[in-house]
Amino acid sequence: MRALDLKLIRDIWHLRGQAVAIALVVACGVATVVTSRVGYESLRESQAGYYAAYRFADVFVALERAPESLRTALAALPGVAAVETRIVAQVTLDVPGLAEPATGRLVSIPAIRAPILNDIHLRRGRWIEPGRPDEVIASEAFADANRLEVGDRLGAVLRGRWQSLRIVGIGISPEYVYEIQGTNLFPDNKRFGVLWMNRDALGPAFDLDGAFNDVSLQLAPGARELDVIDRADRLLDRYGGLGAYGRKDQISHSFLSDEIRQNRVFGTIMPAIFLGVAAFLLHIVLARLVATQREQIAVLKAFGYSSFDVGMHYLELALVCVLAGSVLGALLGLWWASEINRMYGEFYRFPLLRYAPGATVVAIGVGVSGAAAFAGALSAVRRVIALPPAEAMRPESPANFRAGGLERTGLARVLPASLRMIWRNLTRRPARAALSVFGMALAVAILIVGYYFVDAIDYLGTFQFRGVQREDVTVLFHDPRPARTRYELWALPGVSRAEPFRVVPARLRYEHSQRRVVLFGLEAGSELRRILDADGGVVPVPREGAVLTAKLAEILGVKAGDELQIEVLEQGRPVRKVRVAGVANELIGLNAYMDAGALHRLMREGDSISGAFLRVDAAANATLNAELKRMPAVAGATTRLAALRGFEDTLARSLDVFTTVLVTFAAVIAAAMVYNAARIALSERGRELASLRVLGFTRGEVSVLLLGEQAILTALAIPLGFAIGYRLCAVLANAYQWEFFRMPLVVSTRTYGFAVAVVLASALGSALAVRRRIDRLDLVAVLKTRE
Amino acid sequence: MAEVVFCARGVSKVYRVGEIEVHALRDVDLDLYRSEFVVLLGPSGSGKSTLLNILGGLDVPTSGRVSFLGHDLGVDDERALTAFRREHVGFVFQFYNLIPSLTARENVALVTEIAPHPLDPAEALARVGLSDRVDHFPAQLSGGEQQRVAIARAIAKRPDVLLCDEPTGALDFETGVRVLEVLERTNRELGTTTAVITHNAAIAGMADRVIRMRSGRVAEVQRNERRRPPAELIW
Repeated sequence: MRALDLKLIRDIWHLRGQAVAIALVVACGVATVVTSRVGYESLRESQAGYYAAYRFADVFVALERAPESLRTALAALPGVAAVETRIVAQVTLDVPGLAEPATGRLVSIPAIRAPILNDIHLRRGRWIEPGRPDEVIASEAFADANRLEVGDRLGAVLRGRWQSLRIVGIGISPEYVYEIQGTNLFPDNKRFGVLWMNRDALGPAFDLDGAFNDVSLQLAPGARELDVIDRADRLLDRYGGLGAYGRKDQISHSFLSDEIRQNRVFGTIMPAIFLGVAAFLLHIVLARLVATQREQIAVLKAFGYSSFDVGMHYLELALVCVLAGSVLGALLGLWWASEINRMYGEFYRFPLLRYAPGATVVAIGVGVSGAAAFAGALSAVRRVIALPPAEAMRPESPANFRAGGLERTGLARVLPASLRMIWRNLTRRPARAALSVFGMALAVAILIVGYYFVDAIDYLGTFQFRGVQREDVTVLFHDPRPARTRYELWALPGVSRAEPFRVVPARLRYEHSQRRVVLFGLEAGSELRRILDADGGVVPVPREGAVLTAKLAEILGVKAGDELQIEVLEQGRPVRKVRVAGVANELIGLNAYMDAGALHRLMREGDSISGAFLRVDAAANATLNAELKRMPAVAGATTRLAALRGFEDTLARSLDVFTTVLVTFAAVIAAAMVYNAARIALSERGRELASLRVLGFTRGEVSVLLLGEQAILTALAIPLGFAIGYRLCAVLANAYQWEFFRMPLVVSTRTYGFAVAVVLASALGSALAVRRRIDRLDLVAVLKTRE
Repeated sequence: MAEVVFCARGVSKVYRVGEIEVHALRDVDLDLYRSEFVVLLGPSGSGKSTLLNILGGLDVPTSGRVSFLGHDLGVDDERALTAFRREHVGFVFQFYNLIPSLTARENVALVTEIAPHPLDPAEALARVGLSDRVDHFPAQLSGGEQQRVAIARAIAKRPDVLLCDEPTGALDFETGVRVLEVLERTNRELGTTTAVITHNAAIAGMADRVIRMRSGRVAEVQRNERRRPPAELIW
């Protein structure tokens, strides 16, 4: 082995603490890249594979009633490759073991299994059999949430007739990866589920024998979705078509796509932050190593090693750390990715979850971190190359101390000598002190970023389920009911307040943009449901015009004052113009709100209501649920607590996994950063401190000099870290602006406290390690060699 | 007369330290001959080290010409100067400048690995009497031993010239004499042109020629009738 390589190995061994720190930071960066990329690729491929294998449709339409013969006309539409006509109906379910009524979506399937669009993957049990009208296949999420098994029975009210359904199979479908009910924001798998049922049984029950009320279309290759939507709408208009829509308006698909995209954003921003820190750390360590090895560099050059050789030598040192970190990070990342994939398996209900850790992903991770390391090492290596050998032979000129603020203000005389030394040391090289402070501030910052997700999710939950939704129970009717129904609700047991609302599905259009949303008509002065801005301010519902969620306004490209076209996707499909009265910075969902009265005028209808928000005395819950189950008009009732649980189970749970690992990584990086700062300070000042020991300073006094300096730097780093961390959170919040939710920019005191605690613990641990080394300083060596 | 190895004409060197200009060398003319042992004598700040650095290709003069075996070093770029040092020059420094993370043998190997016709590191160490210390790290060696490793490192490449900057400056008398003996023997046995910088006038006795420097100028050149063996020197 070359002597220079031996030097490399021994230098690394000598710097092992710092080398390990750098390697760990790099490992965290690479692991995040690998995990999130693998996670992203796996999900995307699984989604694509699922959609293809089970023929997920491209265009969906609900309508009132059309004869089955129309199927031929639909299939003949240009751009349509396949047609699936179905009967879809919403019913109230009586689920054994569930107090409140649940909502079932009955979706027709052929009695004899044949390939269909939005096909079902059977997890357990079997397909329905012809001639047994009570047989259904239940969606897995619903079955699991209610502990239903093959062979179990549940009650359903089909058009006012109670019927007992028998579960013969449990399955999943690409159409319902997420099962979310109309006005809800998150899945509530206990109270809403899909049941696939024999079409021959559904037809007569809903008076749709030989007819259908729902169509799915598959596009021919090269067909334009908007054209097909247009043609389908025109064809289905006279059959009460409620407006065709593409996948992006299909709720399960868009929810899932949002989730997958989150992975990608996470996999871009987080590694960027981590690797930035790694590069910075490497920069500090190498720069200081070069400073302490000035003379060695000069000797190497004096003996004929070229600047390139010597530069490479130091670059290799950086690369060894990075390579070790990359390997560790790649392994860690792959392991973590497989764990997350396992979680996705429970979570996403795909028939097959592909775990696709490609070599490319690892190569990207290693390449990116290598580049970061190179960037970090570059300036130090450049200094090595530029160092003229003759100059390096001379000892660095003595540090330039001058009388400063301390002396001028006379503080110098008051402060003890140790503090004076600390002060002068810091002010003598302000750039170096600033660098140390910045490094530790980054440590504080990434801890804040790691914990930020917890804050944001907490805030989102509180915001939505305490601020926006304040009802205990939401009751939804099958069809709009007359206004007086509110008094019936009011009379129900335990109900102390009932606020009726009107909801209509609608297609909002502005210029070339359009979006399907639920248009809410709220009563003036509504207490149980409020529109809140991200900062918590209540946005009043104007008497005229509509208030849109800011994200929706952004998608449509409208601002307050613009005139929207609203196509109501209910009977008659009236098209109206509505002025955008305001934009609310809501955090969850894409909503449009109007005053209930204004909505009635828009619909040219009386004071009908779609449902109501109820405030309920908890003690009366059981009786209320029993009553609601008995009301045929009630399609379902959801509780706020259940919705909160749905939120926690989906959004919160998926982000929690990331957060845990992120916080761990952040803590590792923070500790590495702080430890490094202390170790470097020791290596720079070791000789000086030993000299002081020779002069009679005690170990304690000498430690105070070094550790006191570190303490001051740490104290300065904390507020700076807060500021940087907050900025980074703002970057994240800005990237996490999804259709289903927007990350609020909130950082709690708890998070700041956590960051400080980790940094202080690291500082304390590092201080102890450094103190041990101070105790072992070789005093004699100091006297022998030159300063 | 022997062949001229180094030829310096009108060499000046000016440093800028902050706002002050330091004239380290002023118009120096100097020749070094093959196989001779030269002592450059002068107080600190007289420009000895600067001159040595320029001769060794570690530094370049502000004005004037330096040539090595007829080749003008002034026209060389950084790459050529590196090659020049690698092939022709051996350095010995006052503070040894060993790489602390390498053993004696490895410190020597550091140089033999890049030199064209080197000695075996073990042989170089044997020449300085350190055969039994080859696997020691610098921290395990005394100052004199460290300096002898440094000399072994310098001669292992079989340099044309050996440039020593205060080689005994950090050593006690006895150790200093031993180091000088090694230098003298190397010069005698290998015929390496050797220039030793010192402010210790007693060392001048072992030289073929003594060049005295003062304030950046050559003040006097003196030829010794007889080279006194280091053992006879006293300071």
